[in-house]
Amino acid sequence: MSHAEHETDSHSGPSSNGDVARTAKERHAIVVGASSGMGAALVEQLASEGVSVVALARRKDALDALAERCKHAPGRVIPIAHDVHDYDSVPALFERCVRELGGLDLFVYATGIMTEVGPQEFDTRKDIEMLAVNVGGCMAWTNEVAKLLRTQRSGTIVGISSIAGERGRKGNPVYGASKAAMNHYLEALRNRLADYGVHVCTIKPGFVETAMLAQARAQGRTIQGAITAEAAARSILRAARARRNEVFVPFKWTLVAAVIRNIPSFLFKGMNI
Amino acid sequence: MHVLSLRPRAGIESSYEYVEGWGMAVGMHARVLRPRSTEEIAQCYELARAAGSTLTFRGGGNSYGDASTPGAGMVLDVSRMNRVLSFDSTTGIATLEPGVTIEKLWKTILPLGFWPRVVSGTMFPTVAGALAANIHGKNNFAVGTIGDACLEFDLVLPSGEVKTCNRERESELFHAAIGGFGMLGCFSRIVLQTKRVYSGNVRVRGESTRDLREMMQYFEAHKCTSDYLVGWIDCFSGGDASGRGLIHDAQNLHAGEDTDPARSLTVAHQELPANILGLFPKSQVWRILRLFNHDLGMRTINAAKYVAGRMEGMGQPYLQSHAGFSFLLDYVPNWKWAYGRARATHGLIQYQPFVPHAVAHDVHSEILERCRRAGHVPYLGVFKRHRPDPFWLTHAVDGWSFALDFKVDPARREGLWKLCDELTELVIGAGGRFYFAKDLVIAAEDTARFLPQERLAAFARLKRACDPETLIEGQLYRRAFRDWIAA
Repeated sequence: MSHAEHETDSHSGPSSNGDVARTAKERHAIVVGASSGMGAALVEQLASEGVSVVALARRKDALDALAERCKHAPGRVIPIAHDVHDYDSVPALFERCVRELGGLDLFVYATGIMTEVGPQEFDTRKDIEMLAVNVGGCMAWTNEVAKLLRTQRSGTIVGISSIAGERGRKGNPVYGASKAAMNHYLEALRNRLADYGVHVCTIKPGFVETAMLAQARAQGRTIQGAITAEAAARSILRAARARRNEVFVPFKWTLVAAVIRNIPSFLFKGMNI
Repeated sequence: MHVLSLRPRAGIESSYEYVEGWGMAVGMHARVLRPRSTEEIAQCYELARAAGSTLTFRGGGNSYGDASTPGAGMVLDVSRMNRVLSFDSTTGIATLEPGVTIEKLWKTILPLGFWPRVVSGTMFPTVAGALAANIHGKNNFAVGTIGDACLEFDLVLPSGEVKTCNRERESELFHAAIGGFGMLGCFSRIVLQTKRVYSGNVRVRGESTRDLREMMQYFEAHKCTSDYLVGWIDCFSGGDASGRGLIHDAQNLHAGEDTDPARSLTVAHQELPANILGLFPKSQVWRILRLFNHDLGMRTINAAKYVAGRMEGMGQPYLQSHAGFSFLLDYVPNWKWAYGRARATHGLIQYQPFVPHAVAHDVHSEILERCRRAGHVPYLGVFKRHRPDPFWLTHAVDGWSFALDFKVDPARREGLWKLCDELTELVIGAGGRFYFAKDLVIAAEDTARFLPQERLAAFARLKRACDPETLIEGQLYRRAFRDWIAA
């Protein structure tokens, strides 16, 4: 009996991408929150490197446009509409994604919302909504992803968090808290999966040209020195592939964060940052 | 907006995972169902049927090859059904849910002065998996397999019907499902006879042997008096020293021999230490073993073990805990990762031929010689004595088995399978058998050659009767059974 008949793991055989040029080391990726910003830029970047990607987001039209932009890329883009609130649908949807791809090497959770909160506004509904999307959705997905990657002993999980999770600022308490929760959760997940060869990379973007930044500008904030989503996507993939644990994007925010983290509370109270 | 809300948990717990053989050389992604009751087992059949899928049963996932990996469909993992339903401390009869592990069983019964009659070299298999594989231990020559220690079981058929089977009632199903590798139905309740022990320790004697003949002579001379006999063989050593090794010969203590059984029978006395020298975590030891996992490294380790064994053989017998003696494979957690852990391409296979007594020496010597000639030297070789049992697909013969661990990687794979094919010819020609819990290489036509024809025909009839739609279909079934069952 030839050994080929025992080679049942189709993902370790020859590339399922056929004869396309593939430059990335991953073959199959899922990006949640792919309709715009860093998520969309990541999908484009991965597809251009020959990676097959399932792109998930609520807005199907935006996903279809993304798939259209990538139609000549060497990697396949599979758009699937999904609302991250719908936690119950995740297990079956996740299986469908992996089956369509034929495996999974990289998972990115890029969904995030920042609801406008006034300086003296205390609104539970807004607060819980941010947690539901930024944290609840992240957990609903990464729990399923972790079970698969752990058992296959390979793969990378990337969570797009934020520099906002470093300190409890006046500006948007629950957005910051949701990102702090994400940082803590992803660190624990990294430690849980470390023995199984699975890596978890926490990305903490500073200012990146996304819809969220446009929203902040619309609220009258002056923001300078933002990088493009494409530049951020390149940095994110570089960090994930280098198996970095926590990375600020762009790099200069590493220094900003170091300063912010070390401002004593009695001074921080009076500051408007 | 339904923020942070979940529907109540409904249906059977499940997840989508990578399911592989313990040796890691085979596996695939699959939906894994984890029922919690007999009713949920029946629901799993319905689920698979509705999805147009098949079902494979899985316990602890400790079979080296594809005995519990899926053909293409879903997996039913029994590990959530892990309650000890009852234990009678006067008779030693344990009634167990299928997912109770050997670990949970011994930890439950040892403080009451009992030990399982048959255990494997690792404590992580479930009793359902153990019964489906009809496992044996280092005392196979004396007490038979776990099937011999089984009094009764319930089997859930694909129709949802629950059959209670024992030696009188549903006797055919009893003898076919034990050692039937989950091809007929799913165990939902298992009744095992355990044995009385008067100490938490066994008395162990090491005996160093210079070749295979010396080892076999020792086994034959002691098989009537020893409770456990197991031989380790340095497979790298050739020429006159071919088959040199070390025997561990253990005896249970008699009543009164242990002056403080209350202490030795505790679980705490049995536990394997978590750290080496109290410092280095055992969970990381596989990374060190990884550095030696090549022919030269393993040749060195085997030679060093032989020298250590010569010294042990000169020493006095010593006391060792039951767990310490029985579960050698659990000393270094995940030691298999030392073989490389890239899924499906790296890992190990075990090849374990069972050869009748009269020709065992010559056949096993020839096997060793051929492995060395082919350049595929087993990194671990274990020698055991067996006796026949009444189970239909049993591996056991009145003879000897030689368990050989072979490293698998892409460069070796094809040559290794070819070597195994040649060895299989040799073994079948000598009237030998194989054990599917250890196997990944036997083809369907070989299965039909080493198992008795009338048994095979009867098993095929039973399979068609129990599972007319072939809902239960694992990778092992596809590889080694489907062709002749369908025929």
